[in-house]
Amino acid sequence: MPTSGSRWRRHGLIVITAVRALRRNALRSLLTALGIIIGVAAVIGMVAIGNGARASIEESVSALGQNVLTIFSGSNRNNGISMGTGGTANLTLGDYRALGSEVPGVVALSPEISATAQAIANGRNWSTTVAGVAPDYTGIRDWKLTAGAMFDEHDVNSASKVALLGPKVAHELFGPLNPVGQSVRVRNIPFVVIGLLESKGSGFGGGDQDDRILIPYSTAMRRLTGERYFRSLTIRVISAEAMDSTQSQITTLLRQRHRVQSAEDDDFMILNQKEIADTMSTVTGSITLLLAAIASMSLVVGGIGIMNIMLVSIKERTREIGIRIALGARPGDIRLQFLLEAVALSLAGGLIGLALGVAISTTVGALSSLKPVVTGSSVALAFGVSVLIGVFFGSYPATRAAKLDPIDALRYE
Amino acid sequence: MTYASGEAEVRAVDHLSLDIQRGEFVAVMGVSGSGKSTLMNIIGCLDPPTSGTYLLDDVAVSQLDRRQLAILRNEKIGFVFQSFNLLARTSALENVELPLHYSEAVLPRRERLARATAVLTRTGLAGRLNHRPSQLSGGQQQRVAIARALINNPEVLLADEPTGNLDTRTSADVMGLFQSLNDAGITVVMVTHELDIAAYAKRMLVMRDGRVVDDRLNDRRTVASEEQARLQHAMTNAMLDERDADAH
Repeated sequence: MPTSGSRWRRHGLIVITAVRALRRNALRSLLTALGIIIGVAAVIGMVAIGNGARASIEESVSALGQNVLTIFSGSNRNNGISMGTGGTANLTLGDYRALGSEVPGVVALSPEISATAQAIANGRNWSTTVAGVAPDYTGIRDWKLTAGAMFDEHDVNSASKVALLGPKVAHELFGPLNPVGQSVRVRNIPFVVIGLLESKGSGFGGGDQDDRILIPYSTAMRRLTGERYFRSLTIRVISAEAMDSTQSQITTLLRQRHRVQSAEDDDFMILNQKEIADTMSTVTGSITLLLAAIASMSLVVGGIGIMNIMLVSIKERTREIGIRIALGARPGDIRLQFLLEAVALSLAGGLIGLALGVAISTTVGALSSLKPVVTGSSVALAFGVSVLIGVFFGSYPATRAAKLDPIDALRYE
Repeated sequence: MTYASGEAEVRAVDHLSLDIQRGEFVAVMGVSGSGKSTLMNIIGCLDPPTSGTYLLDDVAVSQLDRRQLAILRNEKIGFVFQSFNLLARTSALENVELPLHYSEAVLPRRERLARATAVLTRTGLAGRLNHRPSQLSGGQQQRVAIARALINNPEVLLADEPTGNLDTRTSADVMGLFQSLNDAGITVVMVTHELDIAAYAKRMLVMRDGRVVDDRLNDRRTVASEEQARLQHAMTNAMLDERDADAH
């Protein structure tokens, strides 16, 4: 019986033979592997970009704050005609107070009312969004201050002319100077800057969150907009588990307060941050899967290319196969030799494709705000799939080579 | 034994009974279609007979499957072909080493190369170890093929028209190699249609229509060294004649 050392040596020699044959036809091997290279690169790239997109969506959704519900006014129907979200402002101060006192799951809440206005200070002016909010607002949105402090209930009650500046506004008006304590005129009303907001980047659904001024909602209503209604209410719920029950309690309360008949639709809309995150995540997941599926078609095409070239190669090397069989190569040796050639081709393609996929992901990451993530599992998958393709598409040609009749093969010209 | 090829049951070899002893040097002659190639394929374990028995070193070859035939060829048969059948773009050393890749117990590389070097030296190619077939003459290529056939110490050296692609002088050289190998105890079976090549053998068989029609010992055997000397002499004379003719 052969020792295990000699069996390894036997298989090692077959591996060397297979790799040499591929190296001998380097250009052909490269072109054959191209299908696999493109396929693997596409799968790796797509999955990485998909993962990156999902991560960035999750990040911007969580930038809304933890366990946050947002109630938008409007969306009421008038004789069957939907007015759309925000069609009618109908969230009142009464709603705001009732939600704070009657719904137990609500730990913090803030109304929001906004207007576009020109801000003037320091001899410069800048058009920005001025939002009227409650003191809880920055806490709900996990929004830190880099200087100063948020206004308090007292400022709300007295409709104080105090403002917090987003970093963009501060930069446009004051440059690198600390704006706290300075005066800003908004629609010609002088405000005292009491705080500077931390940078939060572009928000969910676009819009630069850094380009805004926060003032007490009472001041905004009285001095800027003159409206009696809020655009939206932002609520922090006590825990993730309480989100759904709190949402239904809020719905019930607001329907009562707005006297919505049981057959009618809500005249407001509640956005659940967790639901948005889940939905977006599912959507990105599906798109990633779809793209990966399309990309993997290229792997199948690549596999067929390998099979084709292996069949041609076996035809060309019929005489060599005949010689090997005459000299004592067993059918298993010949089959293994050509199977290994196919696997080496697709594996090499897989590795080059992997490198290319990582390069694509890195390039995309460098050129856009997306941060593609190449996961270990997609690398393992690319590796495994390319070996499987080699085995699958290499089996038939290899078996054909092993079945060659040595007498015919030796005579083949 | 009988060998039938294809569906139409063409009996390429029919009612043939042959016994070859260890140490013989047999030449098989015959016109094409006489069945001599089929006989070679059977002896070489490339194709077992359809019916009948073939015993190689007491092993019943007709009972074996493709894998077992491969092992038998590897261990007991050394092939030499008319067209050399060396692997292109592969050095002499690696060509000779090839049968060792398929041994039951594969030797380490160092030992394989040592053995390949030894047989190449024996066939007179010690200085051509790393030459590729394309860098060698026909006679040298056939010597590589003979070295390859010898590497596993086979029972039989099986040669199919070994001089078919060689000139007269090189043919005499190759036959000289065969004779010295045979003198060293190796059994040689050689197919040829050239009588002067068959004349180097100890025993001559003639085949016709799948049967052996003549089987005799060769009592006027050509000795390679004498033939080489004769050829050398003839060539020298021819050159001298040519010079004399020029002088006139």
